[in-house]
Amino acid sequence: MSNENKMPKKNILSAQIDLSKFELATEEEKRQQDVMSESTTFFKDGMKRLRKNPLAMVSIVILILLLAVILISPKVVPYSYQDIITIDGVRDKTAKNLAPFQYSKMEQRYMAKGEKVFPHIFGTDEMSRDYFIRVVYGTRVSLTVGMFASVIVLIIGLIYGSISGYAGGRVDLIMMRIVDIIYSLPDLLMIILLSVVLGDVLGDKIQNTIFAKLGANMLSLFIVFGLLYWVSMARLIRGQILSIKSNDYVLASKAIGTKSGRIIRTHILPNCLSVIIISIALQIPSAIFTESYLSFLGLGVQAPMPSLGSLANAARSGLTSYPYKLFFPSMAIVLIVLAFNLLGDGLRDAFDPKLKK
Amino acid sequence: MTKLQIKEKIVLNKYVIKRIGLAILTIFIISLITFFTMNAIPGGPFDSEKATTPQVKAALEKRYNLDRPITEQYVLYMGNLLHGDWGVSIKTGREIWPTMSQSFGISAQLGGVAILVSLIFGIILGCISALTRNTLPDRLIVFFTTLMTSMPSFVLATLLLYLFCIKLGWIQVWSASSHNYILPIISLALYPMAYITRLTKTSMLDVLGQDYVRTAKAKGVATWKVIFKHTLRNALIPVITYVGPEIAYIITGSLVVENIFTIGGLGQKFVNSITNRDYTMIMATTLFLAIIMVIANLLTDIAYKVIDPRITLD
Repeated sequence: MSNENKMPKKNILSAQIDLSKFELATEEEKRQQDVMSESTTFFKDGMKRLRKNPLAMVSIVILILLLAVILISPKVVPYSYQDIITIDGVRDKTAKNLAPFQYSKMEQRYMAKGEKVFPHIFGTDEMSRDYFIRVVYGTRVSLTVGMFASVIVLIIGLIYGSISGYAGGRVDLIMMRIVDIIYSLPDLLMIILLSVVLGDVLGDKIQNTIFAKLGANMLSLFIVFGLLYWVSMARLIRGQILSIKSNDYVLASKAIGTKSGRIIRTHILPNCLSVIIISIALQIPSAIFTESYLSFLGLGVQAPMPSLGSLANAARSGLTSYPYKLFFPSMAIVLIVLAFNLLGDGLRDAFDPKLKK
Repeated sequence: MTKLQIKEKIVLNKYVIKRIGLAILTIFIISLITFFTMNAIPGGPFDSEKATTPQVKAALEKRYNLDRPITEQYVLYMGNLLHGDWGVSIKTGREIWPTMSQSFGISAQLGGVAILVSLIFGIILGCISALTRNTLPDRLIVFFTTLMTSMPSFVLATLLLYLFCIKLGWIQVWSASSHNYILPIISLALYPMAYITRLTKTSMLDVLGQDYVRTAKAKGVATWKVIFKHTLRNALIPVITYVGPEIAYIITGSLVVENIFTIGGLGQKFVNSITNRDYTMIMATTLFLAIIMVIANLLTDIAYKVIDPRITLD
């Protein structure tokens, strides 16, 4: 028997493989054997799960659409949120309380001349202003308030929570007692109280500054949010940090003499990221809720500037005749809050490792 | 009593005392915030449209102790409060307490019924949802509760008002002659109901997976008995924790709901005092409602710890 592969034949009964019966694998075949999937990160993994959640994806699409509408339409629609509709340079006072896609007498005469008039998609309000653009600006204001408030809450809560959680011991105890007390304050009542007072106090002080355009009520809204709403975020981040702090890689980092600030930034905060993202997504709708609530009580944004809450409030007086005026801003609030809530739930399911299947 | 029971009792007492201490501190801080923010407003209460001579103003300020230093004013105010004297409205000149107690009666009725309704329907819907998991009834309930938790109470209240009072005409709009509590109660109760439904569902599902439920089923206990005796009783414990926050929600919700339905409760009085800038009334009402909320939270927390002995006390 010829031994082509120069393999010594030890024993006739041995289970040694006869290599002549085998072929060398080609490169392609080798690649087929490679069953390892691409390495994935925590973020990619979460996104993959999020993409499988239809409700969350629909929410994202709705939010993107809404964002597109409120960004683009002020450039397309030739009306402004604070001025009476003008035709040919003349103020059109006949355009009060028009139904959606209805034209005033002046506009009809103007159109009869062959000119074009942009339709009032949502009709007009009691001061002859285009209602669509007002709802668009109201949505802008409400969304901005929601986002800004969440950012303020995040920044304060993040700093406070990470210091408290990282420092531990007596510092932690004192800081958490303060949080406990603020947490047990009835937040909405305090917000109403502070908005009333701050609105009155700030009114004179901010004149002729950049804040004047924002309005005292809006500013006090942010201040109040900054003062009261950060506590739950601080608690959340502290809890997260306490559990991450006890990990070995933090100990290792400490052992090689890394400074505390750097440990927080490079090791601890990135691991809190999922919790932070989820709570922001859920914080925005709650801020929008609060803002619309305050606007409804007349403590929200300054007069010509609309917000969804103040639009809904203004629509109450003409409810019998013009129900659509209530319908549009209400729909916008519900849509935004619903989308953010569903997105937040989806994010939690996708990113919270505790709920992983 | 065994040694362990005595030890547990001591721990519980300690917790209760600590919790009461925190509540008193909170009320004290709320009173500080309300008092000093109200005093931060420019202009005194007697700088009104009506021209008052300096002498009259001085006399009025002396009457209401406004000529004293602010810390002394605070001590006086708190002293009066402890005697049940909530001060005088600066707009109407009347005592606050009679108005407040009377309108609070209306609000308390409204809120109490709303809480009951939300608890009853929330628990029933939660049970149905948990027991018919991933079938049509469950999906409908989930859809409904998600929608409800995304709707501010004022939107819901105005929509209900439009639909039932104006469009369909089934229920008369609130007036002096016709008192109809149905719509305000629905608008107050729906959001907490949706929340309780969710809470009951998750907690039911959790309990249904427990070993003792399986044991009961294996023993051949009747299904209804498993559900009511073994599952529901244990599943309701987390629901108790929500009653405190719910009272807070109902109180703040009633501010707008009472206004929409023009019910002369405390919520409407409060909002009116905001629009009129009746500072003493704002202050008294805020403090009053805040105290109710703090006490409600305190009682809920204590009840939770007493009912469920598994909760570890620190």
